[in-house]
Amino acid sequence: MLDLIMRDILGTPAILVGLFALIGLVLQKKDIASIVSGTLKTIMGFVIIGAGAGVIIAALDIFGQMFDEAFSIRGVIPNNEAIVAVAQDAFGVETAMIMVFGMVMNIVLARITPFKYIFLTGHHTLFMASLLAAILSVSGLDGTLLIIVGSVLLGLCMVLFPALLQPFVRQITGSDDFAVGHFGSLGYFVSGTIGKYAGNKEHSTEQIQVPKQLGFLRDTSVAVSLTMTLLFVVVAIFAGPAFIETELSDGSNYIVFSIIQAITFAAGVYIVLAGVRMLIAEIVPAFKGIADKMVPNAKPALDCPTVFPFAPNAVIIGFLASFAAGLFSMFLLPLFGLAVIVPGLVPHFFTGATAGVFGNATGGRRGAILGSIANGILISFLPALLLPLLGNLGFESTTFGDSDFAIVGILVSWLVSLFS
Amino acid sequence: MKKILVVCGNGLGSSFIMELNVKKALEQMGKEADVSHTDLATARTEPADIYLGAQDIIGTLDDGSKEIVALENVMNIEEIKSKLDGKV
Repeated sequence: MLDLIMRDILGTPAILVGLFALIGLVLQKKDIASIVSGTLKTIMGFVIIGAGAGVIIAALDIFGQMFDEAFSIRGVIPNNEAIVAVAQDAFGVETAMIMVFGMVMNIVLARITPFKYIFLTGHHTLFMASLLAAILSVSGLDGTLLIIVGSVLLGLCMVLFPALLQPFVRQITGSDDFAVGHFGSLGYFVSGTIGKYAGNKEHSTEQIQVPKQLGFLRDTSVAVSLTMTLLFVVVAIFAGPAFIETELSDGSNYIVFSIIQAITFAAGVYIVLAGVRMLIAEIVPAFKGIADKMVPNAKPALDCPTVFPFAPNAVIIGFLASFAAGLFSMFLLPLFGLAVIVPGLVPHFFTGATAGVFGNATGGRRGAILGSIANGILISFLPALLLPLLGNLGFESTTFGDSDFAIVGILVSWLVSLFS
Repeated sequence: MKKILVVCGNGLGSSFIMELNVKKALEQMGKEADVSHTDLATARTEPADIYLGAQDIIGTLDDGSKEIVALENVMNIEEIKSKLDGKV
């Protein structure tokens, strides 16, 4: 009986998160219909993430083989959804536990410390929980200790990163109503700081005419399909038709095969996103409801696109500058003996754009450009440095994309090594 | 009951916060509607009475037959209220 509870019920992450959703819904005194559908959808969300992972891994495996054949070096595409879906297989239970208790720690810390932030970007909470589960496991922790350490660290991340950014957010929004809760904070902080010393905020990006056509890149499925098709086709040309058609595609044309693999990858990301959306749909409102009662004067820390409307030109400029820095870094990385981090449109769009908004608020045009370039370099080099610390997970062709995941992973790994 | 679909690029963070704000706005207006959130790609094919999102991206959904509500400041409840007024 105990074995059934411990191993099969609490040991199955999908059921575990379903249980958390169930408790949350009961505590909120929802009606039976909402409790049943909310619990089932949360479980289904977790199962969907696993299904998406299968699709992504198949396409990534082919990309990895092609890249290796073409350049005789490892190529890694940072994509949070992909790496979390892959990691869920090995660290699902730890991730679910750290996510839920990390949210509890967030409320506790917001209550007792001056950092009154409630981190509402649920998918990033999930991603950070996954990173911590992986890093702590590889560092040798396990069981209850891993979950306690992971939850405390996650809770700290959820209040300290928004606190770090708040002085800049006040400058951007002209108010103190909300904070930015997005784990690209290091890049935004660096961008804001560079802007402060290197730029002039009077020369704002918003005085320039910028074409709005790049807005379609905010559609994640379009952005992912587009980048992946480009990457796959370029790598396929270097790998050559002979290798692909004999080893991988079973005779079908290498370009057609590559395009289909690229879109398969994008489809996998779309599936994972749908799963994440279902998974957090019940958990975040419950978290917010509890937080509102426990920490009356808390500020919500929100996803990064909430600052985009404050400087739409800086969004486009920041993305382009960050992506250019990512391309440049791609060629520099092998010189340092690091894995090649292939720049992805999604991380560069969201974090580059946000870095642009931060840099513009403190340093105008020059701040936006230099700050976003710094962000682009950070999200190329930091993930490369993180890879060897992820154990078996580091051998996948994907990894965590945003700066905070990498810096937290590197610091935690180093701290744990001091104690062991 | 009318269905309001709140949209952002990823269908995760921003649209989710906007959904909470739309629900709060409806409550203050004393109106009821079925509110949910999703990403741009899904929104193109998901039927709804009103599509709501940030000004810079919601425009791409406008095919002439959809009821679109574009927000300048996604955090401003007053703006949501005034723009939804008369539509729900």
